Amino acid sequence: MSRRPYVREVPPTSWYFRMPRYMRYMAREVTSIFIGIYTMIMVFGLAALAAGPERWDAFLKALQTPLSLTFHWLALAFALYNSFTWFNVAPKALPIQVGEELMPDIVVAGGHYVVWVLLSLFILFWAGVF
Amino acid sequence: MTDNRLAARQIELEILRYDPEKDQEPHFERYSVPCINEWCVLDALNHLKDSIDPTLAYRWSCHMQVCGSCGMMINGEPKLACKAMLRDYPDAVIRIEPLAHFPVERDLVSVADDFMDKLKRVKPYLIPGKVRVPTEGEYKQTPAQLKRYRQFAMCINCMLCYAACPEYGLQPKFIGPAAISLAHRYNQDSRDGGRDERQEEIATNEGVWECTFVGACSEVCPKHVDPAAALQQVKVASTVDWYLEHFMSWVKK
Ligand code: SF4
Ligand code: FES
Repeated sequence: MSRRPYVREVPPTSWYFRMPRYMRYMAREVTSIFIGIYTMIMVFGLAALAAGPERWDAFLKALQTPLSLTFHWLALAFALYNSFTWFNVAPKALPIQVGEELMPDIVVAGGHYVVWVLLSLFILFWAGVF
Repeated sequence: MTDNRLAARQIELEILRYDPEKDQEPHFERYSVPCINEWCVLDALNHLKDSIDPTLAYRWSCHMQVCGSCGMMINGEPKLACKAMLRDYPDAVIRIEPLAHFPVERDLVSVADDFMDKLKRVKPYLIPGKVRVPTEGEYKQTPAQLKRYRQFAMCINCMLCYAACPEYGLQPKFIGPAAISLAHRYNQDSRDGGRDERQEEIATNEGVWECTFVGACSEVCPKHVDPAAALQQVKVASTVDWYLEHFMSWVKK
């Protein structure tokens, strides 16, 4: 008897259409593109700030255009989605065992949410929002 | 009185067939199989082989979800054929293929050599931290120490997680979910001292860093091993190692 194993190739660019769980994964990954663009805008802003008041004002104006506003709302929504998906799986990466019991997931995930809210409040406070 | 009669049901099994001695490539063949609704898919395959087509090849042994040999794709999902119940497949047709991401040996039998080699590489056995002689008595382990790895010790090597993992499909060099979870199982064991040896294999690009946390492995694992959790824990521990080594080399591990 001769062996002749047959290899079924995985399509390198369309594999994620095969299953809903792969699509969910891709959705999480794609959100990070928006976060990346947002970071670039921040860097742009810093450069404008360094280049003097005129450039800074122009940058602020550009931020208020409908296109920019739409992008920022989208980026916020995607950033929230990205954060939620990651916080919710954090208990897998950082299980906390006390004695014979594992802490319930809600404790580890909840800890992430609490730190996130506190940090956000701190930054808003520091930026003079309140 | 309850009705104890079993429900007969005719099912169309669409099965990927491949005969390496005759076929250039695999093709689907359809069989109409008289089944009982309370059967599992493995029962249906056994009935098909016994009474319709004795040439069908597939692996099984225990029929009770412990040997891990009956893994196959059932309607596109990696499943144990002995755990997949016909009553959960209400459609007239059930499509059965060999495990995805593995070469097909014949029909539903896939080539497991790659997984076996990887398993060997991660040394999934106890490597004692210090040499002991029998007069020193048995190893002692508390329930809390057992708890640290017990879940990861439940693996039955069924390879469903490899069939679910898109990273493994795209990069077959990836050591993969089950092998890394088993390495983690021994690393977490209080009696073991082999972590450094295993890290050489798993804290690498072919190891845990190939994983992007899709999480599909944990969704399909029939034994609730949660390989995705094991891999993320290995990532965290390896990152801590790296910081200790590069920034705090004076701290003894
Ligand atoms: S981790 Fe789960 S799915 Fe993977 S081989 Fe072990 S038992 Fe099977
Ligand atoms: S036959 Fe043993 S796991 Fe299915």
